[in-house]
Amino acid sequence: MALKIVKGSIDRMFDKNLQDLVRGIRNHKEDEAKYISTCIDEIKQELKQDNIAVKANAVCKLTYLQMLGYDVSWAAFNIVEVMSSSKFTFKRIGYLAASQCFHEGTDVIMLTTNQIRKDLSSPNQYDTGVALTGLSCFVTPDLARDLANDIMTLMSHTKPYIRKKAVLIMYKVFLKYPESLRPAFPRLKEKLEDPDPGVQSAAVNVICELARRNPKNYLSLAPLFFKLMTSSTNNWVLIKIIKLFGALTPLEPRLGKKLIEPLTNLIHSTSAMSLLYECVNTVIAVLISLSSGMPNHSASIQLCVQKLRILIEDSDQNLKYLGLLAMSKILKTHPKSVQSHKDLILQCLDDKDESIRLRALDLLYGMVSKKNLMEIVKKLMLHVDKAEGTTYRDELLTKIIDICSQSNYQYITNFEWYISILVELTRLEGTRHGHLIASQMLDVAIRVKAIRGFAVAQMATLLDNAHLLTGNTQRNGICEVLYAAAWICGEFSEHLEDPMQTLEAMLRPKVATLPGHIQAVYVQNAAKLFATVLQKHEGETDSQAAQETSQLLIDRLPLFVQSANLEVQERASCILQLVKYIQKLQQKNVEVAEEVTALFAGELNPVAPKAQKKVPIPEGLDLDAWINEPPSESESEDEKPKAVFAKEEPKHYRSRNTEVDEKELARRREVRKQEQANNPFYIKASPSSQKVYDAPGVEHIPVVQIDLSVPLKVPGMPMSDQYLKLEEERQQKEKAERKKKEKKKKREKRGKGRKADSGPESEEDITPAQHVDIVTEEMPENALPSDDDDKDPNDPHRALDIDLDNLLSGFSSRPLADSEKLPVRTHRPEVLKSPAEDRVSESVPPETKKKSSKEKKEKKKDKEKDRKRSKEEKKKKKKHKEVEEELLESQPEEPVQSEETKEAAAPPTSTSAEASDLDFWLSSAPVPPAAQEVTVPSSAVETSSAAVPESEPDEPKDTEPEDTKSSKHKKKKQKKEKEEKEKKKKKRHHHHHHHGEAGGEDSVQNGTVEEEEPLPPMSNYSVLAENSFIKMVYDIQGNHQDESKVVVSIIFENKSDSFLKSMEFNVLDSLNSKLQRPEGAGPHDGLTVPFQLPPGVSNEARFVFSVQSIVMPQKLKGTLTFIVKSDESSTHEKLDFKLHFTCTSYLITTPCYSDAYAKLLESGDLKGSSLRLEGINMPFHHLLARICFHHHFSVVERIDSCASMYSRSIQGHHVCLLVKTSDQTVSIDAKCDEPSLLGNVLDELKQTFSKC
Amino acid sequence: MIKAILIFNNHGKPRLIRFYQYFAEDMQQQIIRETFHLVSKRDDNVCNFLEGGSLIGGSDYKLIYRHYATLYFVFCVDSSESELGILDLIQVFVETLDKCFENVCELDLIFHMDKVHYILQEVVMGGMVLETNMNEIVAQVELQNRMEKSEGGLSGAPARAVSAVKNMNLPEIPRNINIGDINIKVPSLSPF
Repeated sequence: MALKIVKGSIDRMFDKNLQDLVRGIRNHKEDEAKYISTCIDEIKQELKQDNIAVKANAVCKLTYLQMLGYDVSWAAFNIVEVMSSSKFTFKRIGYLAASQCFHEGTDVIMLTTNQIRKDLSSPNQYDTGVALTGLSCFVTPDLARDLANDIMTLMSHTKPYIRKKAVLIMYKVFLKYPESLRPAFPRLKEKLEDPDPGVQSAAVNVICELARRNPKNYLSLAPLFFKLMTSSTNNWVLIKIIKLFGALTPLEPRLGKKLIEPLTNLIHSTSAMSLLYECVNTVIAVLISLSSGMPNHSASIQLCVQKLRILIEDSDQNLKYLGLLAMSKILKTHPKSVQSHKDLILQCLDDKDESIRLRALDLLYGMVSKKNLMEIVKKLMLHVDKAEGTTYRDELLTKIIDICSQSNYQYITNFEWYISILVELTRLEGTRHGHLIASQMLDVAIRVKAIRGFAVAQMATLLDNAHLLTGNTQRNGICEVLYAAAWICGEFSEHLEDPMQTLEAMLRPKVATLPGHIQAVYVQNAAKLFATVLQKHEGETDSQAAQETSQLLIDRLPLFVQSANLEVQERASCILQLVKYIQKLQQKNVEVAEEVTALFAGELNPVAPKAQKKVPIPEGLDLDAWINEPPSESESEDEKPKAVFAKEEPKHYRSRNTEVDEKELARRREVRKQEQANNPFYIKASPSSQKVYDAPGVEHIPVVQIDLSVPLKVPGMPMSDQYLKLEEERQQKEKAERKKKEKKKKREKRGKGRKADSGPESEEDITPAQHVDIVTEEMPENALPSDDDDKDPNDPHRALDIDLDNLLSGFSSRPLADSEKLPVRTHRPEVLKSPAEDRVSESVPPETKKKSSKEKKEKKKDKEKDRKRSKEEKKKKKKHKEVEEELLESQPEEPVQSEETKEAAAPPTSTSAEASDLDFWLSSAPVPPAAQEVTVPSSAVETSSAAVPESEPDEPKDTEPEDTKSSKHKKKKQKKEKEEKEKKKKKRHHHHHHHGEAGGEDSVQNGTVEEEEPLPPMSNYSVLAENSFIKMVYDIQGNHQDESKVVVSIIFENKSDSFLKSMEFNVLDSLNSKLQRPEGAGPHDGLTVPFQLPPGVSNEARFVFSVQSIVMPQKLKGTLTFIVKSDESSTHEKLDFKLHFTCTSYLITTPCYSDAYAKLLESGDLKGSSLRLEGINMPFHHLLARICFHHHFSVVERIDSCASMYSRSIQGHHVCLLVKTSDQTVSIDAKCDEPSLLGNVLDELKQTFSKC
Repeated sequence: MIKAILIFNNHGKPRLIRFYQYFAEDMQQQIIRETFHLVSKRDDNVCNFLEGGSLIGGSDYKLIYRHYATLYFVFCVDSSESELGILDLIQVFVETLDKCFENVCELDLIFHMDKVHYILQEVVMGGMVLETNMNEIVAQVELQNRMEKSEGGLSGAPARAVSAVKNMNLPEIPRNINIGDINIKVPSLSPF
């Protein structure tokens, strides 16, 4: 052994270290690759040694080589070895290497879980730090799931250094494992008020990242951020918060009003340019959001624009750039105010800096009007000629097209000019945007009827000069325009001056060098042209010429028949045969022209881009269902044909897979899109905002009258400049005429008239050269309005759109369900298991248990230390206790979410204050009533009924009577809140000692056990039925809109490891309650559950029942039938259940204000009843929370141990409760206008409390 | 979020690359090349922002860079970061390097890529800004270096002692010295 070590260290002497490697590479400039390959061989040798130092050295060198572009993934396992070294030096090297080259596809990553966990809990803070840093770069969904709990614990580490890293990494964890967001969020929120500025900054950072994607969920944090903004001095934090506010204000205009003042203060006080700029930016966002709800903020906008002008005029290029950037934000909503700075922006177009020119280009989009469009585009065309780099030139090109085509060609007065511009653009060499020009040509030619004659002439010229376009390079993107040219010439061939010449141009041998899809269009349109030519000749009875034409085609087409492109080949051979046949007929002197023309008769209309999507799915069409049951696996195995030549791709068997590969689907979709884009029958319209949906028939389209002052034909390549001159002349002429007419009028009111004239030219002044008719795109008759198709389904942030308000406010909200706890450390998680299942099958292996108990001991030591210190510093104590609490929580035996559930179950009266905090905070400013709706968080349906009282926006103050008095004293209230929070903290802390005691680990520290006990997580879902395959839980909810309907939500959970499908849900209707079935279904037909369940998956389905009388509870019998499909067999199973419609389920949480409540009681319409509950030993607020949650009541008022509560049934019965408690006895006096309903509700209340 | 941090010299040689999103090695090299191509042709008196376009990320992303003597420091960030803030951050990072290496020059970065990484790790973590206070960053870096020293460092004393001996036998050694001196300009990253 000793010998081995000695030998190892001798070997090491001759190893290169990183510096040697770098030096070596620099010395072998000529044969670097060769030198490096020998180095890699050496490294491979070193990695084989046992000595960890040698390995670490080797890995360090690999990290360097990775930077140079060498793939080092082969050493992934060695990197893991180095990571797990006990020495910090080596560990750091290992983690660095891992962070540089590990990714989700690295399979050894799953070996690291336990090592990382060990490092995270290391006593050395730098081991933890290094692990966190590394993990932040290569965290995978599996790692995130397994380590989320450990990281959450670290968020309350004693060292700020670890805390801030743990807080930051949580964002990455959320992205990979969205389920962790809800359980972790309360703690994350706490960190916003961490004493360490670094931790605070990290928390702000994370929440800002989260809120940027789903701002509405974070609106309730606005008061907290506002406080931070006014108190923090850290510019980084301030910038982030201000940016966040910029994202929040569009959702809540009242917020904007509050922000203006502190932001302007900051603008005046700060010296940091970065902060100042962000403030201006957010002020702009605020003003934009305000202007939509309120009149006349133009003065403030003007002020901002002025400030930005100063930035743009600054000599610092960075400020100039940012000024333009901010300007473009204003442009979207206030184009007029930006337009007045046209001079400045046009000036920036000439800037030497490309970034600035690009920004100015963006702004141009909003600068154009009918009058200056030509002028601006001319300027841009000059830039196009001058532009050196292709990227900038391409950008210019797209901008020109964008500007011209915006709002359905709103600003184009002369389409001939536009066509000329497009044709000029085709002269650009090496542009990538050929297809863009092509699609514009097609779009204009199709949608502007009047221009077709001109367009066809231009296109014919283009085709004639095709050699100029195709030029030297094959891959030239510009040849795409030939596609458009050929199609336009063919489709509108009746406008062609000399179709024969164009036909010839299209059949030149050189055409065969074009890309396949263009050739295909050539061939097809040659046939169209052929038809036109034939007709022309037959009209002139020139059969000789007609036959010559046929001969031309017969001569030239064989070239295409030989094409390698299948499409070209097919079309060419079809047409060739057709022409041959026609020739035969011609030789017999038969008139064929009419019949040939009939082949291409009919007009094509443009179709809106999303038209296909919007066709409603016909009822009963289920594309996912099998038409024929797929053959079982064994069969298809036998039938597999033997490959004749080579292994065939198993494409034919794809249908066997139940899940078609996502990627493949996406690829196919892409291909289809591509096809559509290239297919003239799918015409992509310009991105138009003003669509007119009066889809007129073709006959009704008004034909454009062409102003004869514009020459129709421009010989040769067109020059757009001509149009500019013409346009000017025309406008001048018109103006002169108008002036003559108006002279008299003007004289009369000169004073007022002047001003209007000197301002930006009004659009009405300009009459277009042509009366433009834009044929609108066609939409299917019964199109569904759906505009949400732009969202990217792969965006990881979509998964993070989680409603957090419920969690924060706690009151009558959806507590963290069981499935939402973070999985606690498991020994070796199976890869494909869902987290929910993990928990079920979780068994803590003895090894980890030992470890954790060890940890506990260590933590206990820590705790004792803390306690000593706590005597000295009272404030610190609280924090440490919290830490303990986290530590305790990490024990595997204890439910992780205990803290959260506690919060959820906290007393309603105090938490409701928090819930409507935002409203309260905001309502100190005058409130536009319409804007309030925005504050209502759109929560999931399952929570909505529970969340009603807090989201009811009308008069938030009334729901929290305690606060009404202090509504004008904001500070006072904040203080109060703080006190409450502190109280809560104390309670929590007591509670934890209690828990520690229960675990048998800790002795009773505080002597007394608080009488306040946490509620177990509450859920309204109760078990419906269960067997070995499936479990059903259900909840019944009424709904405000319909007084005779309730919705039953059922969660189906597949417990087996087979696939469950064809689930059918059926209920035996009673006279009173009926399952709502689709039209046409018989009264005994079952409903198909709209999904299938893979093993271990659960999903929710909702069924609507209609009820007549709601005063009595009812039970309905029902059956669920389903097919269990495993690998070998499939069996039919059924499960019977009884749906219990309680009277409670007909109640809807409805808030009631104390004065309305009093009136209701006074009216005397209600009949009373009462109930006494004995031996209830739970705190009063828990009792109330239970009533609220399980029985859909809301608290109207609470005074000490007495509370009034209210609820309403779906049919409008009022139910009022007065709940009093003294000494374990609860008395409930109840009043309702329907005595039997009341009786049943009370019975159910009694039952609820007898269970606990 | 910061998507990538690239440091390369005036000739486009990478000195440090740090991607916060996975790209294969050849893609990384291509990104470096293209970024260098974009950045290097810009004058020193134009603005420090560049739209990366198709390079990484798409239209939401920007390249924010600073040019110090022979080195370009390029950060690729999305719109959640403040442009001027990132410029400040680059300055903080470079000043930190200057403190840690005592008058940093390109050679420091060439031979101590790992150390530069460790410093960067204290500034940016997983694409998010971790710390902007220079003193705090330097303190943490030094504490970790001290820890490394107490463990004996990577190469250990014996190996270092022998390295002189082993170099003597190598035939390249004279060439080594010459080329090293001629080719490597020792730049100081001056304006601090």
